[in-house]
Amino acid sequence: MTVRRLVTPLTDDLIAVLRAGDLVTLSGAVYTARDAAHARMADLLERGLPLPFDLNGAVLYYVGPTPPPPGRTIGSAGPTTSCRMDSHTPRLHSLGLKATIGKGPRGPEVLKALQEHTAVYLGATGGAGALLSTHILKADVIAFADLGTEAIRLLEVRDMPLLVINDCRGGELYARPRTAESAGPAR
Amino acid sequence: MRIIARADVTEAARALCIEANRRLPDDVRRALETAFQRETNPTAREALRQIRENSALAEATGLPLCQDTGLAVFFVTLGQEVQVDGGLSEAIQEGVRRGYREGLLRASVCQPFRRANTGDNTPAVIHYDLIPGDGLRLAFMAKGGGAENMSRVTVLTPAEGWRGVTDFVLNLVAEARSNPCPPVILGLGIGGTFELAALLAKKALLRPLDDRHPDPDMAAREAALLEQVNALGIGPMGLGGATTCLGVKMLAAHCHIASLPLAVNIQCHSSRHAELEL
Repeated sequence: MTVRRLVTPLTDDLIAVLRAGDLVTLSGAVYTARDAAHARMADLLERGLPLPFDLNGAVLYYVGPTPPPPGRTIGSAGPTTSCRMDSHTPRLHSLGLKATIGKGPRGPEVLKALQEHTAVYLGATGGAGALLSTHILKADVIAFADLGTEAIRLLEVRDMPLLVINDCRGGELYARPRTAESAGPAR
Repeated sequence: MRIIARADVTEAARALCIEANRRLPDDVRRALETAFQRETNPTAREALRQIRENSALAEATGLPLCQDTGLAVFFVTLGQEVQVDGGLSEAIQEGVRRGYREGLLRASVCQPFRRANTGDNTPAVIHYDLIPGDGLRLAFMAKGGGAENMSRVTVLTPAEGWRGVTDFVLNLVAEARSNPCPPVILGLGIGGTFELAALLAKKALLRPLDDRHPDPDMAAREAALLEQVNALGIGPMGLGGATTCLGVKMLAAHCHIASLPLAVNIQCHSSRHAELEL
């Protein structure tokens, strides 16, 4: 299997060549956000206020890490279920977000947004939080510190092992269940 | 009456929370190894390889296996000749408070609508079984949100029967796809009442993966359903492949002549639980 090396910030040219099923390693800046941080960001956007970080070319990782042990920058940090963020994702892509990292299938509104805004959905291995944390060199809370594990963090990652689950041309890696072809993502 | 000191219960609960979140039970490790050995889809095999490496790393470093260190669920088997000095439930809650803080586990419990995090992963959910004698056994399960969100309870009709059970389970697993972190474990609570079925389903997840249901009829149904679930082809992390499910475990109770209650509690591949006798 060939592995593509991705470095942030991601550009349309980089995204355009990625195909569902590609193995990638990601290095650079990644922002964390899950349920509560998405709700706060939506609130800021509704009030016409700026987000706490620049979305242009940005990557969002759906993760709520465990506290860092002494001598480490972060604890376990694997992906959470992405579909809980689906209602927020198209708007963030329209504002320049280039990739999200999580696990589990996305809804049709997200798949459409990936094509419209040249973006990708990347999968990390769920339940491999200890292993994934070894690819995180630095973690700093940059917004909503009161949310604890759900705060927005800026991560510096190196060679994070990921899979392209959905590309910008409608391709999807996840298997369709054999006896339930019509099954969409569960909510 | 046997008196057990509250501090001993707190220490037991604390130790269980930390241990279970750092080390997978041997039966789960063996099942994941078997899945890895027989998987032929390269991306699914890579996911299983990462899961294996993660398990070794967590044990070696003390990092939690998963960042979702769960809502703490306890099954307490309490002999009716036992008295816990100062209160059993509060002793367990204090153990959870200490275990999650000292083990650097994630605080994942919040108020349902304001979503305010309690900060120490309490309150734990505690279920009690009262039995004769003077024993006290604590079984702890770290229940993650991803798999719990995909779990369901229903009440089927007697006419729907076993076919209704298999249809419900297969549709549920197919709809859940990769959300609950497959290969999953399915706990099925069958019979009883609406609420008892759910409780049995969760309790079934404590059974060792390599045990065999003592009732041969139930054992055969578990094996058949496991095969059907794996035939869905969802595979490890939804990437397609041979192993969608590591085990189907059922617990049954008698039910009303009008009903066939069914609960399906899905557990992720990181099936973290531990038990201890005081």
